[in-house]
Amino acid sequence: MTMQTNSVESQRQSLSGLFWATCRREYLLSFRRKSDLVNPLIFFLMVATLFPLGVSPEPGFLSQLAPGVVWVAALLATLLSMDALFRSDYEDGSLEQLLLSPQPLFVVVLAKVLAHWSVTGLALTLMAPLLGVMLFLPADGMPGLMLSLLLGTPTLSLVGAIGAALTVGLRKGGVLISLLVLPLYIPVLIFGSSAVQAAVTGLPLGGYLALLGALLALALGLAPLAISAALRISMSS
Amino acid sequence: MADQLLTVQNLFCERDDRILFSRLGFAIAPGEIVQIEGQNGSGKTTLLRILSGLSRNYEGDIFWRGEPVGEVREEFCRNLLYFGHQAGVKAVLSPQENLRWYAALSPAIDAEAIDHALEQVGLRGYEDVPCHSLSAGQNRRVSLARLYLSRAPLWILDEPFTAIDKKGVAAKENLLLKHAQQGGSVILTTHHELGIRGPVRKINLDQCAGTSV
Repeated sequence: MTMQTNSVESQRQSLSGLFWATCRREYLLSFRRKSDLVNPLIFFLMVATLFPLGVSPEPGFLSQLAPGVVWVAALLATLLSMDALFRSDYEDGSLEQLLLSPQPLFVVVLAKVLAHWSVTGLALTLMAPLLGVMLFLPADGMPGLMLSLLLGTPTLSLVGAIGAALTVGLRKGGVLISLLVLPLYIPVLIFGSSAVQAAVTGLPLGGYLALLGALLALALGLAPLAISAALRISMSS
Repeated sequence: MADQLLTVQNLFCERDDRILFSRLGFAIAPGEIVQIEGQNGSGKTTLLRILSGLSRNYEGDIFWRGEPVGEVREEFCRNLLYFGHQAGVKAVLSPQENLRWYAALSPAIDAEAIDHALEQVGLRGYEDVPCHSLSAGQNRRVSLARLYLSRAPLWILDEPFTAIDKKGVAAKENLLLKHAQQGGSVILTTHHELGIRGPVRKINLDQCAGTSV
């Protein structure tokens, strides 16, 4: 009995060890390849800058547009960064080693997505108030913007990773990811930007945040399994 | 069959309407070194990918210690070390960082022995150098250091000696022999003339299309 508890304990230790080792590796990788780190953020900023230039610089008009623009820009920036998630592992053979590991694949996958989210989604969330100010989003909307992005962007990363895993074996998977994943992003976009709009007009936003949270819980539970299966299919050919 | 490490029966694989091998069968006992031979494109890499469980595009049965491999997948992975065409080395990480992740990935790998393994493959003094500033051969050596770390009995090695110098190849051949003497098995492909001073069984895929046990 004690031996069994011991082995369960040591297994749990090795799983959390694997989780943190993978996170560490991903952070090291992204901080040494700074372009991957900075590109989505610059893209996010650029897209939001284009609207006042292209549509109208009039504050009243922009403040109406702001929730949607910030959300769409965050969504596209996440999508842009997704393709790189498994690509380099596929190209240098690390992905083969990952699939042949006796450890459960979803632990590594979850660690990779979490690390990826914290350098894209979380960074976008922290940058969002700047864009809000640029687009004359009323100050009342800021907490709503931050909260909705904080709950919404992990879902975007998790769902995007399924697309990335399915297309990793293809030479030009970038466009295909958008086609696969964008329809699944729509609910997150709708509830996310509605939450910001509700916050701006002073309506309660608890309902929207609860829905975003539910989507996140669903994605957190199911996406790692889907990603693992997709990776196995991609490597099998 | 249970005393064989790996048993393959009636294996059939087809690629782009071309039959690579059919009715292929062999068994690998503990302590055996098996070299898969064949021309370029004869399906050596495909066979190794099938044996390791990466590819499922095949028909036939593979048994691990007498059990169908699909049912004991986790135990099989625990006992397997696979060395693929790509070395699995991250260019922006140092050899030490690369190996540390492998140690976390596979419980069969000993985390404390990393420095010793790097010394064995001749990378002492390069532990903290990013791999992109190492040569092609040195990058392969980083990955080959896993052989010194592993306690897995079954090694599947796809062209392990590519870009390795003569002295390095001799050291690795000794390592393979030692592994076999300790009861481990090795399946490998290589275009080098093997200089292993011990029995090496050869399976030729050019002739093997159509043989069975």
